[in-house]
Amino acid sequence: MSTIAELASPNRGYSYAFLDEFAKRELRRRILKAIAIPGYQVPYASRELPIARGWGTGGLQVTLALVGPDDVVKVIDQGADDSVNAANLRRFIARMAGADTTTDASRATLIQSRHRIPEERLQEHQTLVLQVPDPEPLRSVEHNISKARLMHAEADYGLLWLSLYEQLVLYRRVTLGASYPCLVHHRYVMSPSPIPRWDVPKLHRSAHLTLLSAGREKRLYAVPPYTDVRPLEFADVPFRVEDQRGWTCHRTGLRNKFMNELPQTGGGAIYEISDTGFVEKVLRRVSDREATGSTPAQVAPAQVAVGATYYDDEGRFYIDGYLK
Amino acid sequence: MVTSSRDAPRPAPTRAPVIVASPPLLQVRGLVKRYGSHVVAVDRVDIEAYAGEVLGIVGESGSGKSTVLRLLNLEERPDAGEYFFNVPELTGRNLFALDRMAQRRVRTFDIGIVYQNPHLGLRMRNTSSGNIAERLIVAGERAYRTLRLAAREALAASEFPLDRMDDPPVRLSGGMQQRVQLAKAIALKPKLLLLDEPTTGLDVSVQALVLDTLKRLQRETGVTTIIVSHDLGVIRMLADRVMVMRYGRVVEQGLTDQVLEDPQDAYTQQLVHAKL
Repeated sequence: MSTIAELASPNRGYSYAFLDEFAKRELRRRILKAIAIPGYQVPYASRELPIARGWGTGGLQVTLALVGPDDVVKVIDQGADDSVNAANLRRFIARMAGADTTTDASRATLIQSRHRIPEERLQEHQTLVLQVPDPEPLRSVEHNISKARLMHAEADYGLLWLSLYEQLVLYRRVTLGASYPCLVHHRYVMSPSPIPRWDVPKLHRSAHLTLLSAGREKRLYAVPPYTDVRPLEFADVPFRVEDQRGWTCHRTGLRNKFMNELPQTGGGAIYEISDTGFVEKVLRRVSDREATGSTPAQVAPAQVAVGATYYDDEGRFYIDGYLK
Repeated sequence: MVTSSRDAPRPAPTRAPVIVASPPLLQVRGLVKRYGSHVVAVDRVDIEAYAGEVLGIVGESGSGKSTVLRLLNLEERPDAGEYFFNVPELTGRNLFALDRMAQRRVRTFDIGIVYQNPHLGLRMRNTSSGNIAERLIVAGERAYRTLRLAAREALAASEFPLDRMDDPPVRLSGGMQQRVQLAKAIALKPKLLLLDEPTTGLDVSVQALVLDTLKRLQRETGVTTIIVSHDLGVIRMLADRVMVMRYGRVVEQGLTDQVLEDPQDAYTQQLVHAKL
């Protein structure tokens, strides 16, 4: 007579990258479907993970399904690499997949992020995974999710425009901050996760693949490389990013990057660039230059090259004419 | 100086006066709608309406008149029947057989409706002007200023006080709500205007004002109108022709004056005499 212990498969601890093979295969198939239909929300079976729903389980599952031992992983939490959530996720991914980790956006192959897209332009070999709390852009105007699905099917987005219209009527400006709805590939409206408006244009015709995944809501969607992403705007009231003109980063002295406002005692505020990986690189470049006394051209590019950014120092977006 | 006869303005050719110059704008044949196995709400009803005409439908509660209107607005599918609309892109096509998207187009561009209950026709918590703008947005308008102007124009046409155009309908009076609905219905200059008991539930003085507006708008725009009411006074004031319905069937139809002055059917006689 055999015992249950004999019948059961031998205990090998965890699967590679934590998720079992079926889960990873399912996720990869869903990801392919999402890439094939840009902006369309693909349902998937969201697995249990050793972190709570709402802490990035959607993003983490996609990352775990994609990560391999050769990958270099960066995890961002509201622009920072060093917050508790980012540090824990990074350590977990590295431990479960044997991947290398970095805080340098241009060195990473796989970037999982919450609420931000790095300031440096991502390249074709990179994949950005965004954690999404609420994937449904129509939620604010149609609480019935079945009806919202039907509206997506019919490309019936009049209500979203109506909400923009009413904001203009009531407040004279569009009051949406994060999660600004945008039209992907002229077909589906998606919620770009709670990234600030500043980051929305970065999705337009980007070189990298963006995957957005909501673990609690069990939906994932994608913006494939070089896909049109247009924020909803009226012909005569164009989309605007946050106005941070005149703000200077107190650590780097740079302007026209997305800043955090740090209130000071006494009522004032100082500002710092929200993307800490970027700040780190800029500061390292400055200190290297001071140490060697060399001109920027002589500095070894492999160590401190700060890549091209989406917005230049004057705040101009790198695609001409996209922001009016 | 002699002007050549070619340059002289020609008198407009006088056409023989015909009562009906064109085929009907709207033609419905054999309309049947059942609910469940034994409720026949609409039973083999034929409707014709000519361009610029006002057709009244009267009948008691449960006679199927509102169901007819919902069917005409393509909100429900009938069990049998054909529905033709005589506009260039739709001639010869049965509207009931169109797909959802095509039906939505017809509802957006060609039909306007005013319900008895404004909750059915309006988004009560959005602004009044936004309710009208939404229709234009659905039709593809993407300029804020144009939306604003169009909303203002439509509300002005339905005699809505413009200083309240950005108030949500929940905070408006019943008469104002009906005016917002009317503005929404006419915003895209539809071919067909459906009015489902538009003044029921309003007090008499407001009712008279709303009816005045309806009559003026109809005369100015010449939109084909179908008005459903149990109130013979409303029908008498607005309708050119009238259809009397009972138990889902049409029991009598004809010119309004004729039907209301000299009813032939027993039920119509009863209805006319029952008027207080």
